[in-house]
This record gives sequence, C-alpha cells and structure tokens, in this order.
Amino acid sequence: MNHEFEIVVIGAGPAGIAAAVSAAEHDMRVALVDDNPSAGGQIWRTNQGESNQDHSHGSTAAEWRNRLRNANITSLHGWSVFDQIAPRALCAESRGEMAEIRFDKLILATGARERFLPFPGWTLPGVIGVGALQAMVKTGLPIRDARVVIAGSGPLLLAIASALQSAGARVICICEQASVTRLAPFALSLAAFPGKIAEGLRYKVATRRTPYHTSSWPIRATGTDRLQEVTLSIGGKHRTIPCDYLACGFHLVPNVELPALLGCTLADGAVLIDEWQCTSIQDVYCAGEPTGISGLELSLIEGQIAGLAAALHEEKARSLFTQRRKYRGFARRLAAAFALRPELKTLPEESTLLCRCEDVPYGAVRRHHSWRSAKLQTRCGMGPCQGRVCGSAAEFLLGWTADYTRPPIFPVAVSSLACLQSDRNANIEHTHAI
Amino acid sequence: MSGPYDAIVVGAGIVGAACALECTKAGMHIAVVERDAVGSGATAAGMGHIVVMDDSDAQFALTSYSQSLWNELSDQLPPNVEYVRSGTIWVAADDEEMAEVQRKLDFYSVRGILAEVLDSQSLAEAEPNLRRPLAGGLRVTADAVMYPPCAAGYLLQQAKQHDPDLDLVMGQALHAREGQVVLDNGKVLESEILINATGAVAPALTPGIAVRKRKGHLVITDRYPGFLRHQLVELGYLKSAHSTSADSVAFNVQPRSTGQLLIGSSRQFDAEDSGVDREIVAAMLDRASLYMRSISSLSALRVWSGFRAATPDKLPLIGPTEDTSLFLATGHEGLGITTSLATARLLVDHLLGRPSAIPLDPYLPCRLAQESTMAHTMEASRA
Amino acid sequence: MPEGLHNRVEITVNGEPLTIDAGSTVAVAIAISGAACRSSVSGEKRGPLCAMGICFECRAMVNGIPHTRTCQLLCEHSMEICTT
Repeated sequence: MNHEFEIVVIGAGPAGIAAAVSAAEHDMRVALVDDNPSAGGQIWRTNQGESNQDHSHGSTAAEWRNRLRNANITSLHGWSVFDQIAPRALCAESRGEMAEIRFDKLILATGARERFLPFPGWTLPGVIGVGALQAMVKTGLPIRDARVVIAGSGPLLLAIASALQSAGARVICICEQASVTRLAPFALSLAAFPGKIAEGLRYKVATRRTPYHTSSWPIRATGTDRLQEVTLSIGGKHRTIPCDYLACGFHLVPNVELPALLGCTLADGAVLIDEWQCTSIQDVYCAGEPTGISGLELSLIEGQIAGLAAALHEEKARSLFTQRRKYRGFARRLAAAFALRPELKTLPEESTLLCRCEDVPYGAVRRHHSWRSAKLQTRCGMGPCQGRVCGSAAEFLLGWTADYTRPPIFPVAVSSLACLQSDRNANIEHTHAI
Repeated sequence: MSGPYDAIVVGAGIVGAACALECTKAGMHIAVVERDAVGSGATAAGMGHIVVMDDSDAQFALTSYSQSLWNELSDQLPPNVEYVRSGTIWVAADDEEMAEVQRKLDFYSVRGILAEVLDSQSLAEAEPNLRRPLAGGLRVTADAVMYPPCAAGYLLQQAKQHDPDLDLVMGQALHAREGQVVLDNGKVLESEILINATGAVAPALTPGIAVRKRKGHLVITDRYPGFLRHQLVELGYLKSAHSTSADSVAFNVQPRSTGQLLIGSSRQFDAEDSGVDREIVAAMLDRASLYMRSISSLSALRVWSGFRAATPDKLPLIGPTEDTSLFLATGHEGLGITTSLATARLLVDHLLGRPSAIPLDPYLPCRLAQESTMAHTMEASRA
Repeated sequence: MPEGLHNRVEITVNGEPLTIDAGSTVAVAIAISGAACRSSVSGEKRGPLCAMGICFECRAMVNGIPHTRTCQLLCEHSMEICTT
C-alpha cells in the first residue's frame, strides 16, 4: 500500500497537529501519521470513547482539535514509521501490514519520551512513568482512591498530580529532585509568561494539600511481584510510604531516532533547525520537543512555523518568530531549573537492572568503557526498546552516547522488512526459486 | 609492566583473541591493540556458527580441527557465550540438491564426521516450520552455535589469566612493521612478533595482501522458543559463498539460546558503506520466508551489517610475511568464528617451531604471492 | 474521564471474561484483571513503564500474536489476551 502527499507530518502531538493544520489550512495535501489510535500525543492524550468535548486540557487543546477536525488532513493513526526507503519515502507498519508514505516535504514532530533512571525495585509493576500513569488513567485505568507517590523531575510532576487528584486518586506527596535554589529563579521567571502563571496556580490550588518536596528522590521500591511501598529521600532523610503507584520520571528525552535515521544534524541530542524549522536535510522540518525540550507553547509555535514554512507562507511563519524567541528562553530556564543532580547517579546498586529488555544489571554494564562494548558483551540495549530506556539512562549515569541509528527504528514484522518492490531486487542473486 | 612484549596482536576480534590466548598459553607476555571494542568487527556481524565445511580438503582440515578445539573448550565456556551443540541441517530443495547431500555425506563419512541423511518426512519432523515439501537434508550433529563477541571476550579473559600483565591497548594501529606497531595517538609498541588479526581492514595495516571486504547482513528476531532447533543452511549457500562478483543471499538461520532467531545471510563485494542495505536485507528475508513461511510474521528487533575478510581462494592467510616480524591471521571470510582457535594454534605452533596437528602450507600468505608470480610467468611464456 | 457508561467491550484476559469501557487499552484491561503484562527474561513480573509504545514492558499475547505492545492498543470485542 502506498500513500503520496505534499506534506507528511510524523507525530500527532501538539507540534504535529499545529504543523498539519497550518499546512492544510493553506491548501496543502497533508497526512498526519502517529502510532497512537488517535491524535493528541502524550500531553493531549484522550480516551477515544470520550465525547468530542475534551475539557481536560482547556481551551487551547479544544481549539486545536476543532481546527484539526475541520481541516482536510489524512490521518494515519496506528502507523509506526520504521525506516526511510527513498529520499522522499518512509515506510511504516500497522498491525503487521507495511505501507510506503511518500512526501514532497516532511515535518518531524516525534515528541519526547520520559527519562527513566534505575533504582532498586524500579522494575516492579506499579512503578510507572509520570506521563505514563496519566496516559493509563486517560485510557481507562481506575485510579479513584489509589495511593500515588509522584517522584522524579520536571513540571510534569505537578501537572500529573493535579490531573490524578481530579480523577480521585490520593496523591500522597510529590518529590522533585531539583533543589529550591534551582527552582526559585525558574518560578520567578514564570512572571513573564502569564499563561504559565495561571497554569502554575491551577496546579498549586489543586495540589495544595499535597506536600511538594524538593531535593527529594526515590531510593527504593519494594513489593512482591508488585509495588507495595516506596522509600524516598526527603530532605536527606529516608521515609517509607506504602502506595499503589509510584509515578516516576526524570524529565524528558527528545525522540530523535527518526531525524537521526534521516541524517539530520543533531547537537546535544536535539535536532538542529534554521529559522524556518528546517533541518540540515532539505525539505525535512522538525518541530517541538525533538528540537529541545520546552513544553506545549513552543511546540505549538514551532509546529505552526514549520507547517507555514513548508506551505511556503513564510511571512505568516515569520510573524511567530518573536513568540518563539520568548518561549525558547523559557525552555532554557526549564532545562537549567530541572537539571539532574549527581546524587541520582548513585541510586542503582550493582544488581539493579539497567536493561529491562534483557535483564542486564548495572554492575555488568558499567565495567565497560563504551556503550558499544557494554552492548556487545552484556547485550544491554539489544532488546526491543533498542536502548530507548537503558541507553538514555546510561547516557546520564555513565556519560555514554549511542553511536548510530540503524533501521528499523522500531521492531517490525520480518515481512515489513522483506516487503520492498521486487524490481529493486533484480540484481541480487539467489540460486533458484523453490 | 608494559613492554617489552613477546608478541603484539593487532585486533581483538575472535581471531585476535584466540591468538592472544595461544600466545599467552605458550608463556608469552603480550599486548593486544583494539580500536573499538572487543569483538566489535566482523565478530559482531558473524553468525557464530561452528561448522565443518567440505569445499576443499584444506578448508575441511581447518574447520574440523578447529571444531574439535571448540568441542574441547565447550565445557568451560561461560553462559554468556551461549554455546549450544544444536547441529546443522543442510537443506535440499530438490533432487539436484539431494545429490549434493549424498556427496557431502560421502565426503564427511570418509573423514569421520558424523552426518545423517534426512528424507522429506524426517526433515519436516526435525524442523516443523520449514515449508513442505522439501527434498530433504543432511544433519551434521557436531556443529554448534554461539555468541561470538562474548566468545572473543572469554578468550581474551583467559589470555589474561595466563599473562596477568597483558596490555589491552585501545587505539587504532596505523602501521605494523619491522617490529613496531604505531598507533594513531602516537604511541609506539615494539615486539619481534607482530600479528595482524584485523580482519577486513587488514590491508590497511599490511598493504598488498589479498583481502577484500565482503559485506554481510543479519537480522535478529524477538524470542520464539522452539521455533527452530538446528542451524539451517540451504545447499545453495555454497554457490553464494563462491560467487566472486554478484551480490547474493542465501537461506541461513540460527536458533539462539535466548529463543531468538538469527537470520542471514548476504554477500556483497564492493560495498564500502557500513550502513544497512535495505534491498539486500529485503531479499535475504524474502529468501528466508520462502523456506520458512512463518518467519515473515516474527518481530524483527534489529538489523546490522559487517565486513567479512575474503581471499581469492577462500582460505585464510595464516603465517609469516616477507617482514620477518610480521605475521598474518586474517582472511577468514565467513568461517572466522569456526576457525579462530585452529588459526591461533597453527600460528603459535609456527612461531615456536612446534609440530602442528594439520599442515600450515595451504594457508601460508606466500601461496598467493607465488600464484601471482606463477601467473606472471605463464603469461610471459605465452607472449 | 467523564462519568457514566460508554460503549462496553467484552474481552477475555487469561481465559477470564472481562467487560471494559470502549476506548480502554489492552494494558489497562490487563491491569484491571490483576495480572502483570509479562514475565521478563529472568522471570520478573512486569507492567507498563512508558505507556507510549517505547519501553516494550507491556507486551502480551493478543489474539494469538505474542510480543504485542498493549499500551496503545484499544480493546476490541472478543479480543483474547494472554499474559506470560
């Protein structure tokens, strides 16, 4: 099956939606591709069973969903892009079926994933990401009266606490690893962003009875086959708290695997772009978290700029440059405020698993001098997550970077890799047909 | 303690690691030079199939000798080497290939290698996921499979037991001649014995040797325990391995002890780029699906490639060069894993003047120089 | 999540019937049933970590197909889910 479009947007989170809508509203033939069953990405994730009125994200989300609904966009939901097979063609898979998606211009809005750091007991069911727990709740997980501890780092912790409380969960406490000294200037700087103040106040009000501890982090999760309690370091003292869920994530890591596969230049793990959101590859744009973790507003602005630029409406795109500059400043302050402290490197013990796909302990991995050596000798990173969990953790813990990206960037059926046009195979010998 | 070294091995792939072990077992104090990670070259792109081959007497001698060395070692191999004596089945698709099965059986039987002919029915029973009907096959029970990077790691670790002062020097060797190995960081290592075990890039270190890169690809699947029991190789594989120009693929699959399937194989000359070649991977997987239809629905986790070190006569280069300090242990094409142990043993036998279990002559580097000299002479006389 | 009954879907988890809201993911169905999604290679029980399709901890057998990620997969009528 083949699809051909003028503009293909990969990722239907806020940046992708903004890009697709902006391009489609200017009469481009647009496709919006995402591996989830519906648009929204992580931050605007919905339960498909909900009515069209989505109140949980406020008016911004509702407005963009409306524009998405009304725009002439081909939505390819449930499709996972895994490789590039020609300069202007990607291949994607859905439920074992493979399709080629051809484009004149490509906009990568692949978002970010949570950074997970290992600590004893982190593999127990019930220990889950911060955005992950919210996603599960949005897709049907009963959470009323469940006892939840939230830990890790980033503004997501507060956002999630608020959402969980609205859904009836008992959020026992929030443990942010950053120190008050780092956070205070960030909080003050929010004065420049009225929308964010309102957001922050909303969270504060919702979570007012929930303690928010800074300089705090998880030490250990315990339980038999499932999480039963968590031990936290709070202001230097250990406290053990029984709970049903530990929602734990240490900020975000950009999903740059597809940009890397395409050959886009990266710096510090983010995609380099010009003022039009264009990458180092002609006609390949990038918007949102892959250009640098920065949150919803910048994702929407960058998405619009990319969509407008790809649709050749550069003046309209230019009109958003000032806002983009402003929110980039916010992004820089965000990164500084929530930088991960070195104590987190001491959390895993020798026997704590680092690679969850292959069950490789941290002690075995850190004996090596490079990611490649560790991978070959311990098999960490060789599982289906392809190093997205363990590799990102190892980057922080050991300072290693994975050296390259190979296709497929997600596991796919053998048939999807075998499924290339037969005329290309004409020059390859095999001895006989059988 | 660093220098002086009794020997310097350049390349910590499985051949280099095996050489390191044999040298240190003989009491030498050595250095091993590696530019990336232990077992990260062709060793990481090999199937880890320990197989006796019947292409030629010389190839048979080397592979069967080396297989017996692996057999001897097998009890000591740690679990991460994943050594399993799963056996090989050479799969025959038609009567022509069944005739080849018979020929192989005769060849092996005369030489004491245990092999058993499978007819169509017993092949299907041995490997239920193979398509039916196929003509049959040849099962060679003593063949084994393993995970090569950890095998290289193990051999090197054992070398360190014999030579606790063994120096693993990380760096790229730029030159290895006249008793000196010069690294890219400026470091110079000295020894009277230098061993070039750098695989497909051996000519960069020793210009003029007849080693060419021959690219291959592998695909590994998620875990499907019980899907496959033996290493399966189509008999057409041999024709693929012999082709000297075309790109080719052949059906060649291996069960890993994890329950994952390792799928090969492909061969390309003149492919310098180490990236994944989608078309040839597609052709390779297509071929595998032809023999085992249900392979196509398995989940493929990773695809990777590597370069074999190919020589004109399909035999490795083991032994001395014109430079009295420099020795070669390279050119193993698709049999480096199998023949690593025998290569190392033969080389160190030669260094020490010990008698060898098999003659070294067929693998001596000078044979190719002689052949080209002979070719020149014949051409000249014809003129 | 809005209150009230939506469309409901009937599935089985490890042979046991389960009725669940339409729009729920298979990972949620497994959680509701009380099972863990999978056993790791060393036998540990595991459940979803990322809930966005990148960690692969949520894999289970769905309609006979092993290693299926469940956190982005919506429950469908008569789906058969087996955990390891």
